[in-house]
Amino acid sequence: MNFGKQLKEGLITQNPVLVQVLGMCSTMAITTSFFNGMGMGVSVLIILTLSNIFISLLRKIIPNEVRIACYIVVIAGFVTCVDLLLKAFVPALSNSLGVFIPLIVVNCIILGRAEGFASKNGVGASAVDGVCQGIGYTLVLIVMCVFREFFGSGKFGGGLLGGGALGSAPGITIFPEEFGIKVLTLPVGGFLTLGCLIALMQWALAKSAKKKEAK
Amino acid sequence: MTVTTLLAISLGAILTNNFIFAQFLGICPFLGVSKKIDTAVGMGAAVTFVMGLASAVCFGVNKILIAFDLGFMQTVAYILVIAALVQFVEMFLKKNIPTLYTALGVYLPLITTNCAVLGVALLNTQNEYNFIESVVYGITGGLGFLLAIFLFAAIREQLEVSSENPKAFDGFPIALVTAGLIALAFMGFSGLKVW
Repeated sequence: MNFGKQLKEGLITQNPVLVQVLGMCSTMAITTSFFNGMGMGVSVLIILTLSNIFISLLRKIIPNEVRIACYIVVIAGFVTCVDLLLKAFVPALSNSLGVFIPLIVVNCIILGRAEGFASKNGVGASAVDGVCQGIGYTLVLIVMCVFREFFGSGKFGGGLLGGGALGSAPGITIFPEEFGIKVLTLPVGGFLTLGCLIALMQWALAKSAKKKEAK
Repeated sequence: MTVTTLLAISLGAILTNNFIFAQFLGICPFLGVSKKIDTAVGMGAAVTFVMGLASAVCFGVNKILIAFDLGFMQTVAYILVIAALVQFVEMFLKKNIPTLYTALGVYLPLITTNCAVLGVALLNTQNEYNFIESVVYGITGGLGFLLAIFLFAAIREQLEVSSENPKAFDGFPIALVTAGLIALAFMGFSGLKVW
């Protein structure tokens, strides 16, 4: 078990969104405010860690032929728990994420890590992997939210900062909304921002690979 | 419920609230299976079929869950129903229409984890559609997906031949930017109203 190495994989070299290109739907759909991105990221992190632990525990019992169905049932169970908890304690988040909370069931990151990692490794390593991949996912969501919110409407931390109730707080205005690039807050902005982020990642990875070669 | 309501639902699902470009449902197969027009259309057709079927079956399942006061089991029940349905469609096609089965190949089982299918079932429940509205929303949502993936695959085929994008944009990034531009075009439909 090597925490540092796994964290580096989750954040950079094997980042679930930017390198493995998994879980795109939620990444683009909900990154419109800081609050949404943070909430979605943490929910996925919790579900991913729990499902990784359980699938790793059950990996010797689950028959190979029906493993995907078993994984989906485990994941769906945890998603339902998180969905109900959010509805009870953070209704504002539940309302603004809407259908995307139950849709975590079919988020390919979770099934992908279950199939690719938890079904082959021990409990400890799987738990660490869940946390690291979850952090990598959350970080990408936050970067996208901050970017789209700042350039789209000139705000920072919508739903969380700037007074008012949780979820409806206006955010801190940095420049007036009229000067923002409005299109970034629309669905189009999601595609463009994510495309540019992945391009940036590919550029950085290619550059570091070249550097290594030169050595 | 009138014909106008159904028309409004259909237009919304295909154009103004397209599953891909406005609601971000089903992006994974949209990006994964859109390198060739043929396979993209096959995938779109299969998804349309499963979405229509899933809308109908999940409508019944939801009624049963509510009758037994098990509403909180919705997500688990739906995903199981969809997985079983996809398996069933696969077996049916294999036995009765083998040509279509071989054409779809590996894309069939992948439909289970397509969030457009689970999404349409959940949205039907959330919007409190009745049976006919649910089925219409499912099928037209699927048609919207088909339209989107067809347009996208057609552009991507051209991109392969004549791409002069920066090297860092190779692969997924340029595909995402393309999808973004199509989404921008689809925004033009947002003024469309049925009255």
